[in-house]
Amino acid sequence: MTENFKIAIIGAGPAGISAATHAAELGLSHVLLESSPYPANTIRKYQKGKLVMAEPAILPLRSAVTFAAGAREHVLAAWEKNLQQHHVNLRVGAQVVQISGTQGQFEIKLSTGQVISAEFVVLAIGLQGNIHKLGVPGQDLPTVQYQLDDPLAFEGETIVVVGGGDAGVENALALAQQNRVFLLNRGEEFTRCNEGNLQLLQTAIREGRIEPRVNASVKQVEAINERGFSLSLVVKTTEGKENILCHRVVARLGASPPRKLVESFGVEFPHADIMSVPKLSSQYESNVPGLYIVGALAGYPLIKQALNHGFEVIEYILGHEVELADESLLKAKLAPFLPSYSVDKGLASIQRRVPLLSGLTTLQLREFLLESEVFAPTPDEVIFNLNDYSNSFFSILYGEFAVYTEDNDGKEISFLLKEGNFFGEMGLLSGRRRTATVKSAGHGVLIETPRRSMLKLINSVDSVRRTLDEISLRRVVQACLAGSLKEDELDYLVHNATVRRYDAGQVLFNQGDKADGLYLIRRGSVMIVRMNEGKEEVLAYLPAGNYVGEKALISDTPRSATVRAAVATEVILLETSVVTEMLARNNTMRDIVVTRYRQHILADQKINFKAQPDDLFNFLMQQGVGEATDILLIDYSLCIRCNHCEIACADTHGGTSRLNRAAGPTHANIHIPTSCRHCEHPHCMKDCPPNAIHRSVNGEVFITDSCIGCGNCEKNCPYDVIQMATIDPNHEQRSLLQVLFGSFARKSQKTVSDVDAPKKAVKCDMCKDISSGPVCVRLCPTGAALRVGPESLSMTMRSNQPS
Amino acid sequence: MKSVSLLEFKHYRYFKVSAFLMMVAIVAYSLDKPEPEPFGGTVLGYILGIAAALIVVFLLLYGVRKRLTPRIHASNKKNGLESSSQRATSTRATSHQNEGRYGGFTLQGWLSSHVYLGGTLIVLATLHTGFQFGLNVHTLSYLLMMLVIFSGFYGTYVYLYLPRLVTENMGGDTLESILLKIKDFDRFAEKRALQFSDEIIELVALSRQKTRIGGNFFQQLGGRQKNCPTSLAVQKLQGLGKGYSDDKLKSFHDLYAIMAHKETAVARARKDVKYKARLDFWLYFHAPLSIAFLVALVAHITAILFYW
Repeated sequence: MTENFKIAIIGAGPAGISAATHAAELGLSHVLLESSPYPANTIRKYQKGKLVMAEPAILPLRSAVTFAAGAREHVLAAWEKNLQQHHVNLRVGAQVVQISGTQGQFEIKLSTGQVISAEFVVLAIGLQGNIHKLGVPGQDLPTVQYQLDDPLAFEGETIVVVGGGDAGVENALALAQQNRVFLLNRGEEFTRCNEGNLQLLQTAIREGRIEPRVNASVKQVEAINERGFSLSLVVKTTEGKENILCHRVVARLGASPPRKLVESFGVEFPHADIMSVPKLSSQYESNVPGLYIVGALAGYPLIKQALNHGFEVIEYILGHEVELADESLLKAKLAPFLPSYSVDKGLASIQRRVPLLSGLTTLQLREFLLESEVFAPTPDEVIFNLNDYSNSFFSILYGEFAVYTEDNDGKEISFLLKEGNFFGEMGLLSGRRRTATVKSAGHGVLIETPRRSMLKLINSVDSVRRTLDEISLRRVVQACLAGSLKEDELDYLVHNATVRRYDAGQVLFNQGDKADGLYLIRRGSVMIVRMNEGKEEVLAYLPAGNYVGEKALISDTPRSATVRAAVATEVILLETSVVTEMLARNNTMRDIVVTRYRQHILADQKINFKAQPDDLFNFLMQQGVGEATDILLIDYSLCIRCNHCEIACADTHGGTSRLNRAAGPTHANIHIPTSCRHCEHPHCMKDCPPNAIHRSVNGEVFITDSCIGCGNCEKNCPYDVIQMATIDPNHEQRSLLQVLFGSFARKSQKTVSDVDAPKKAVKCDMCKDISSGPVCVRLCPTGAALRVGPESLSMTMRSNQPS
Repeated sequence: MKSVSLLEFKHYRYFKVSAFLMMVAIVAYSLDKPEPEPFGGTVLGYILGIAAALIVVFLLLYGVRKRLTPRIHASNKKNGLESSSQRATSTRATSHQNEGRYGGFTLQGWLSSHVYLGGTLIVLATLHTGFQFGLNVHTLSYLLMMLVIFSGFYGTYVYLYLPRLVTENMGGDTLESILLKIKDFDRFAEKRALQFSDEIIELVALSRQKTRIGGNFFQQLGGRQKNCPTSLAVQKLQGLGKGYSDDKLKSFHDLYAIMAHKETAVARARKDVKYKARLDFWLYFHAPLSIAFLVALVAHITAILFYW
């Protein structure tokens, strides 16, 4: 016997429940099919007592179902009540194996053999059917689990949680109550979990309850029986391989759409990308008329979004128009630039115009735009200058933008970027100064995206990461080698390039090795060292944008020196055969590389002449000077220890000195006081909840007044240069009269005495608000204080070597 | 890596200025044949006097300049990200040359000129006197000026010479870190001393209680303590190790080593205090003397204006 319904809703998750409840509310004939024994099975599988979040907070809820952030149990109870109140026709244990037909006459076959027919089908099956596994040997061992029902069921174990998304972080937090917990995150920053979880996690890490491993990946899992442990994990991090012994692994690596099943229903996916979501109309209708897809499967992973979509899809089926929840926000943002479009059409047109964004789901695009700024620069307006330190990312929506840059010989090159292109990715990826000046050419419209949002996108949308990677590869190759490469030559080089990552101190190649290719430094910096009479001698220090390894390549000899990463470094390796072929094909490139080769040989000769162990250099590198963009050094052969630098700093910065002159390491006569180095990739920026830490165009990393005093940056800074201090709002700089008649010898005032006053993070801002520049340098009576950046570092050192 | 010292500032810019000023003054003085004889009241005397007075004013301004920090005006304060409209207005230089990176003044430049122009006064003021000295306010102000200048010279010498010694003495330590180490040594030593005779316990305890680092200004400058109990303890311990069993002897040697380390640390701390006192103390002459000189100078000028 075949049952007939107007709407069949498959999957009783948030979206399905919301849709079914709304259908029931409207008195429509409907059925809600759920394969598991309970509705909301995924949330039921959340750990006990888990706080269910109601993100994004700005998004209003529109559903027949009640929902507010709260404990898992409350949320589930409320939904059960909703289902009962509205007499929702729920069938549990009903697994769908086949859907055939089209609008008006769908046939839904269940695993029991029963067939249900319906006019419309709403597919709300989520992603949980297709959970990602570790993908390494041992991934299916019984104590390697991919979900966690009750964290309190485990006690006194050592548990490794893999995955820095919300699920992983929440599991880790809950498990840490009774167990020793390691948390492995693939990236360096926890960008994939929401703000609330991030703060809880940071507190837990600070208190030592969770031991994090970042940039970490599991290489192998092995069952053992040793010292009471049952599993042995090999984990690779930037610091090398680590062996972790534990009792249990909880891997929360996300899930991808159950694509095969969905495709068997006739639904098409836009591309082969495993994470891509089905092609849908703006009303969630798939290419099969009458088959609607909502919730996580449609690319909307958050509960509140799914609930909204459940409501909306029923309205759409009934032919009603519904305005989306974030519609008005987006409308206001887009209206000045896309006046004649609806938001949906506007979004589609943005995706059409900017290919980079085409891989985003509508939700991701909406989020991306909510976080970005859309603006129309005036003609000839400078977007950013060469050597600026801004790091936002720009996509061109309309118009043309002119890029001015210099080639290796200082010759100016300029070219136009057209609609659909993007720029600013070099600054974003390398953390260095802008490599070009960009000006608006005519009337255009730009989307400016902050660094944080862009990093999130790179981490979550593979197509964006790939595109950016490839483009930046091209630009690095172009910048390093020659602007004169033809497109096809560039293609050839890029396609044969491999990206390699090195940790600080790791060797790229050793003296005496056979030449394996040309190394273009994309991020970080390297030092070139040579062994001389048993002592290591630093020949040069090269920041990103340079290349190494041409000498052995051209002369076909073994490597003449060892090259080592000074800080975490990324290089692009062009193999010998590829480079040789390119040199044969392109004379300009050959000339450039050969000139560089000659320069290096001549420079080496000079260094040989006054060869000496470069302890100072090693010292500076050990102190992280390699990742600094502007560091305060004190020449202790001139410093009279008057602390005038601190006094001047305190006087211009609310009474709190941002530097500690006496603290910090000293080598020979060079002292590195405890003071901000304005790192290329500032560690302090990693986890700032209010996003209060920024880098100005001149490179100063500074903290705005929106600091909430959480102390994350203080903890994250490896150089201890951030302090929590009470800002004295009444601090006034002394006037001339006070200088003449006030207290004569004043001590530097490190902190204001009131201990209970609220504290904020303070650090050196390089006196960005003082037009005459940093007062510590300016007001040093003996000229002992100096600031250096990476470009001038090796130069300064060479010219000042004791003779 | 080495910065440029205040004497070498900008390729000896102020040395050249001063040398030029002095040459001009000397040549003018040797060519000038005033009647009846050279003194402050001749035309050249006045010129030299006025020039010297102007230089004095400039030199005094250093004290003010040093204590004035640049103003931050509310309108100048940028908070948050610079918006696109502000983006184009960035004017600050971005080159990483330390010298002249931001244009304008550096305190080092002021100090350099302060030193050289101060030296110039020796010639200018002496020629201004026409070598006429007596028991009066004029000669008094001349003498005070010379004291100020030579105390300044001494200060310059100290500034150039001592920093190196401070660094050599301290290495990577700070005074605080050495004091903490000394505290640790005391704790270890007292614990270890317990197993030995009362005499040894007493020596160690005295060393902890009576060792003085710093003290009043002259004690700081001296950098010594008469009969320093730590040195005394180390000295006396040398003769007290007789007749111990192997185990106890090893322990005793440990104690001796701790006290010897403490002695070195104490010496280093005292040296550091001494150097810092020397870097400071000349200013206690230089600054008050310059005020006294200013008063005398005002008296000198008033006197010649009124009693010409």
